[in-house]
Amino acid sequence: MPNPLPSALRQFGKPRINRIASPVLALATPWLLVMLGSLSPTWPVIASAPVLPPFGFLLLVGWQQLRPGLFPVWAGWPLGMFDDLFSGQPIGSAVVLWSVAMLALDFLDHRFPWRGFVLNWLVASAFITGYLFLALQIANMAGGAASAVVLLPQIAVAVLAYPVTARLVGLADKFRLIPIRSV
Amino acid sequence: MAAPNNRRPGYSRRAQYGNFFGYITAVAGLVVGVILLVVSTGNAGAFTGLRTVAADSTAPAARVAAGARTGSQNLWQVLAGYFTSGARVARLEREVAEGRVKLAEQAALIEENGRLKAMLVLTQGDQRPVVVTRMIGSTSSSSRRFATIGAGANQGVRVGMGVRSPLGLIGRVIEVGSSSARLLLVTDADSSIPVRRASDGIQGYANGLGNGTVQIRLSTTGINPLHPGDAIVTSGSGGIYRPGEAVAVIVSLTPDGAIARPLSDPGQTEFVAVEPLFEELPAPEPQPRPVPSGKP
Repeated sequence: MPNPLPSALRQFGKPRINRIASPVLALATPWLLVMLGSLSPTWPVIASAPVLPPFGFLLLVGWQQLRPGLFPVWAGWPLGMFDDLFSGQPIGSAVVLWSVAMLALDFLDHRFPWRGFVLNWLVASAFITGYLFLALQIANMAGGAASAVVLLPQIAVAVLAYPVTARLVGLADKFRLIPIRSV
Repeated sequence: MAAPNNRRPGYSRRAQYGNFFGYITAVAGLVVGVILLVVSTGNAGAFTGLRTVAADSTAPAARVAAGARTGSQNLWQVLAGYFTSGARVARLEREVAEGRVKLAEQAALIEENGRLKAMLVLTQGDQRPVVVTRMIGSTSSSSRRFATIGAGANQGVRVGMGVRSPLGLIGRVIEVGSSSARLLLVTDADSSIPVRRASDGIQGYANGLGNGTVQIRLSTTGINPLHPGDAIVTSGSGGIYRPGEAVAVIVSLTPDGAIARPLSDPGQTEFVAVEPLFEELPAPEPQPRPVPSGKP
């Protein structure tokens, strides 16, 4: 594929002899990206039905599948706490569900170390479906009374959005490893 | 990509302990989450402070983004319009014809209303909104239907105030921060609004279904008198919502009521008005009767 970028820009992310990635950027990018995803309720979409995929969760799963072990296994609860502040779910819902998801993904990583993207997508789809369904049960426990049928379009959108999210995570991964710090 | 084998980091004690405590922290976080969940499901008002602080802190950015919303949604409508324009033009022409008739009827009604009010020496109630503000966000991925508006306690917004767009009722304020407030939308499964049919005043409730529609349940049972196309307005019973505000229009019938679509899609409205608290006036006290005095 022809690359339209000028050569100076093309060289930007390439490894160089006296440059390494900034540790701050390398460590902070994944956390910030997931938190940005959690902020999606403040994006300029006002919906009268749940339609947007849970971007925070998609990004978390995406990072965990692209770079297993980058997030510590306990990353689910601080990130989940942040997500709960904005998502409209009762506080604690994402803390629990994201913690469980991180532990389960960690287990799957060690059980099936070699995976293709299709398997990753299938696993992510199962996690997304389970997450949305359990989140609905929790919301209903706290006073809602929506039926599970409401979720079907959202589950479809979220499953289809996963490859795009994984792609975004890949881009962010390139970005965080740009060698900008001289040694 | 295969995982780096973090679980067996070799002979380093430090790495082994770090690993072990990582899992301990993860499970502890899980337990704390369960406790938080129990507290917050048992008491819906718990952690309100945390949430409103979070909403306040993102309100300025969200306000900027809200300005761009109208434009971006128009783009999608333009794209969709290519596929539906023929049917829509036909429908719009029919609606305009119906609308003209309705307009004439309305003019007559307004005139009659004014005459009757003049007879009763009633003045139009002071219905000026507390504040007119932007919708700046909604919980678009949760199954609960909350929205955030860009005005809070500083602008005089209080819990319980109704919020409406030019087209009709949107929801009611349930949490107030200093410069933002959270609404319970009409379509939330927890929302229940006393309503009546606009034409004849059959009473009922509009309960949100969580999928963008509301379920109308009638107070009376028996033959279902509703028809698709009937307009539903608030009845004002209960004292939370002002009577006579447009809520929804019926799209299909169910055995004990109907499914209705809210008139004001929160996604299409940019500005909303927060209405002052509506309290039903207490019944006028009985006039003291002139006590017949003993003397003639």
